[in-house]
Amino acid sequence: MFATVIGALNVGFLQTLKLFAVTLLGAIPLGLIVSFGSMSRWAPLGRPVKWFLAKTRREAGGCSRFLMGLRPISLLTRLLVWVIRGTPLMLQLIILYYVPGKVLDQSPWGSGETGRFLASAIAFIINYSCYFSEIYRGGIQGVPVGQQEAGMVLGMTKSQIFFKVTLLQMIKRIVPPMSNEIITLVKDTSIARIISMQEVIWAGYAFMKGSHGYSGLLWPLFFTGVYYLAFNGFLTLFFGWIERKLSYFR
Amino acid sequence: MPILEVHHIEKHFGATRVLEDISFSLEEGRALAIIGSSGSGKTTLLRCLNFLETPDRGQILVRGKTLFDAGDPATQRESEIRKKRLHFGMVFQSFHLFPQYTALENVTLAPRLLAKERPDFKSTRREICGEIERRGKELLDQMGLADRARHYPHQLSGGQQQRVAIARALAMKPDILCFDEPTSALDPELTGEVLKVIRSLAEQKTTMIIVTHEMAFARDVADQVIFMDRGVIVEQGEARQVIERPARERTRQFLARYAQQ
Repeated sequence: MFATVIGALNVGFLQTLKLFAVTLLGAIPLGLIVSFGSMSRWAPLGRPVKWFLAKTRREAGGCSRFLMGLRPISLLTRLLVWVIRGTPLMLQLIILYYVPGKVLDQSPWGSGETGRFLASAIAFIINYSCYFSEIYRGGIQGVPVGQQEAGMVLGMTKSQIFFKVTLLQMIKRIVPPMSNEIITLVKDTSIARIISMQEVIWAGYAFMKGSHGYSGLLWPLFFTGVYYLAFNGFLTLFFGWIERKLSYFR
Repeated sequence: MPILEVHHIEKHFGATRVLEDISFSLEEGRALAIIGSSGSGKTTLLRCLNFLETPDRGQILVRGKTLFDAGDPATQRESEIRKKRLHFGMVFQSFHLFPQYTALENVTLAPRLLAKERPDFKSTRREICGEIERRGKELLDQMGLADRARHYPHQLSGGQQQRVAIARALAMKPDILCFDEPTSALDPELTGEVLKVIRSLAEQKTTMIIVTHEMAFARDVADQVIFMDRGVIVEQGEARQVIERPARERTRQFLARYAQQ
């Protein structure tokens, strides 16, 4: 019995790990793009309004100041981050998985486990990149402006300053909050169960309802906790190692 | 022809005017000290020269060539500003060394990145990098930091960090080296080592602009002195004359306060 249960839980946990890994692979870079979006200072109406004021010899009033300060990219990104962070991931996942099927004739996700995994992965990537983006933003803005200015007076380009000067200092700053968020992600993968993705909790629960010829078994569900504990233990060690690796500078 | 000419620079932050009608020129190989109380616009002026601030009016010329003209948008293109900055070197009050790099890497990082843009970089990579490394070591040696090349900034004292910052600025071979209160963030006992280095640069005829509160140092090391107050140049002239026999009442008041301390 034990071997059967462990075998089924292993299969479930593999799916959990897959969702975890794919989410990280997608959300870590996408989060950086979102954070650049929310920090974007692009104000397309700044110059035209200034020019118009100069041309008509008018003082800047409330309306023109509003137009000059309007940063559409930053505004849209912050709006997105607010919506994604302000609603439950479970709800986002349900909407993403079921609504397209209602609107279109046929669900784009298909009916199999692959479709459920794909929908989960997309919902998780979007959700987590919004959380990551705010952590990145804090990390980037926490690096003193003087660092960028020092790069500028040395003739570096913006991308050289970001990759050679800011990035590593930012990474050092974001390791503690990121490790927090990533450990939460490990446990959040269980939310994919709501659309019946067959992750480890789904596999454990199946033994209560009846699976592989067993039913009414409680302990497999409880035992899934051991998987989470073990994996998070490994992650904790890993983040500790990164922190030590980056402790050579301040 | 002067190496640097500044004509009628004006700068506002919102409604506050921080610089008004700033004009001066500097000959090659000479040192200019800018003195004045806090908030008089000295730092903003240096930042304008380094393109960290954009003046609202005025021109900046280096060796007769117009680098910046507030009335001519063609001189303000982002892509060219980066190269124009290289005419000036900047040493900041609080060093701004890159913490993740050693002293030597701090000095060689920017020259290395710049060398990558050379067309012959791929074929002569080794020679170029070797040369940059050699020059970086030489500069640190000149700063008295030969044995600190492999140290990270947090392992160095403030005075040592500032000397690394000076070496880093010199590595770009600027026409004019700017110092923004280079000793103001240092303990009094550490200012001496930094001032000594600047003094030796003056003796080697490095063209420099030094914003400083060290009056005796300005008098002894600088050739020219500018006294600024509330965004305007109150008095400028030969260093000894401005500091020992100021012509303006406002300069006299300012210097008298320093003499009391």
